[in-house]
Amino acid sequence: MTKYIIKRLLLMIPTLLGVAVLIFFLMRVVPGDIVELRFSGETSGVSKETLAIERARLGLDKPLWHQFVTYMTGLARFDLGTSMWTGAPIHEEIKLRFALTLQVAIMSTIIAVLLAIPLGVLAALKQDTWVDYSVRIFSIAGLATPSFWLGILFILVLLVFFKWLPPMVYTPFWVNPWQNMLQLIWPALAVGYRYSAVATRMTRSAMLEVLREDYIRTARAKGLWQKLILTRHALKNAMLPVLTVIALEFAFLMGGLVVTEQVFNLNGLGLLFVESVAHRDYTLTQALVLLVAASFIVVNFLVDLAYAWIDPRIRFR
Amino acid sequence: MATVETFADVPEASAAARWRTFVVDFCRQRPLGAIGAAVVLLNLVVAALANVISPYDPLATDYGAMLAAPSRAHWLGTDAFGRDVLTRILYGSRTAMLVGFSCAFIGATLGAVIGVTSAYFGGKVDLLIQRVMDIFLSFPLIILALAVVAMLGTGLENVIAAITVPMIPRAALVARSSALAIREMPYVDAARAAGFRHGRIILRHMSPNVMAPYLIMLTAFLGQAILLEASLSFLGLGVSEPTPAWGLMLRGAAVQFAESAPWMAIFPGLAISLAVFAFNLFGDSLRDALDPRLRTQ
Repeated sequence: MTKYIIKRLLLMIPTLLGVAVLIFFLMRVVPGDIVELRFSGETSGVSKETLAIERARLGLDKPLWHQFVTYMTGLARFDLGTSMWTGAPIHEEIKLRFALTLQVAIMSTIIAVLLAIPLGVLAALKQDTWVDYSVRIFSIAGLATPSFWLGILFILVLLVFFKWLPPMVYTPFWVNPWQNMLQLIWPALAVGYRYSAVATRMTRSAMLEVLREDYIRTARAKGLWQKLILTRHALKNAMLPVLTVIALEFAFLMGGLVVTEQVFNLNGLGLLFVESVAHRDYTLTQALVLLVAASFIVVNFLVDLAYAWIDPRIRFR
Repeated sequence: MATVETFADVPEASAAARWRTFVVDFCRQRPLGAIGAAVVLLNLVVAALANVISPYDPLATDYGAMLAAPSRAHWLGTDAFGRDVLTRILYGSRTAMLVGFSCAFIGATLGAVIGVTSAYFGGKVDLLIQRVMDIFLSFPLIILALAVVAMLGTGLENVIAAITVPMIPRAALVARSSALAIREMPYVDAARAAGFRHGRIILRHMSPNVMAPYLIMLTAFLGQAILLEASLSFLGLGVSEPTPAWGLMLRGAAVQFAESAPWMAIFPGLAISLAVFAFNLFGDSLRDALDPRLRTQ
């Protein structure tokens, strides 16, 4: 097991390195650079020298290989550098936004799990009845509804029927939990619906598969209490694939909340990413992509470990 | 060679019949899927005939009727430029269908070819392709799409490229796992022994046999591509004004005037949801019908 963990951890390095290299060159291919963009507002008064000085300050005058080596040595020392646009250290730029995105992601996960598991189990137990059909239609609709549109609808309903709007300024949870919840519950619900749809479908199909297993029939035959069969025998075994989709969806949310953040005017990682790309802020974009990719890879790894922990039949070499 | 062709004629004829019975069975056994397919067809018809059935010109502004509520003249109201919302939704289905079908088709096909190639060669080639795919997979879909848009700029073709790129590794993953089983089949060995070139074996012998997962992916991608296009356009990074597109219609004024003119925010979103819902309904039923492992009962 330890050997397996070490092997997996080592395998993460080439993948992350690939991501880092890919985003480095991808950003350099994007037309326009940060210096031009910064001075684009004052087209007449900027001399070539000013642009050159600014480029030199940001290290953009160096040859590409030199920039690449600087970037890579920085990464090796876990130093992400400073944002080219604001000049602030990158971890400072990311910190609060990461907390916000993480909180929305966690809240929507909770909403999704609370909805998905009961609905999925119910649909599986009542397969091919109207209950099953309603749950399936509800979840297919969840996959089809854009979460940003759902967010707009929430705002609309709150505005028209309650004459109330969620607070627009972000308050960290540790400062004022109530204010924080009032703001973040809506994006979490909007995202949570789609998320729960994915998980509901997986719960249903996993339960259907497990309920056909011999050990469930045995448990029924020996007259075990139905509730106990469900929780102890069936649900526990059906949880593996459900856990996988929940975890993957969670990792996806770390970078994929862009559009929802836009609707609710939240300064999260997604919007920061869009901004940093628009500014051609190479250092910040690279750091964000690495962060998102790393969380994806780490979550994947944790899922695999959880598999072995939940299901003793799975042993890794 | 002549004998081979006569042999080939027989299954050809029965294939058409099999196809017909498949369609009939599908409609009978999966009414929800059939409804989905009907809505998809309806969407395609609307997209094709948008210029015939629309009551107005999608680009015509009418400053006398800005933000007009739904009425007999404008069934779904007008937007901040006085453009008819219904007309723009009907024309918007052109954008959605174009993006949906091109992305799904190109993404699933390229992905399938890469996946089958990777499985066919195995060994080092497989390992290398898998690593590259892993790198692309660790980018969230929308982030990769955003990066491609930043590189190429906005506009319809670039949006199609931006949505297709992240689909390829996902398709490759699925195609590879199905192709791994096929690689060991006697007929592939036979083809290899007959001295066929690699390209021919991959395209003519292996690819047709991953058709079921391919079709399942294709239909799943259709809905995803439409949603992704709407998201990108909503962010202002997709199709640009004044092209009618559903995501774009929800941007800016639709949110700004949500209270006084809610029809601008409601109807384009409904169009997206309905279209994707239909594609998913159809795709789901198709998966159940095609994939024997997932077939219940």
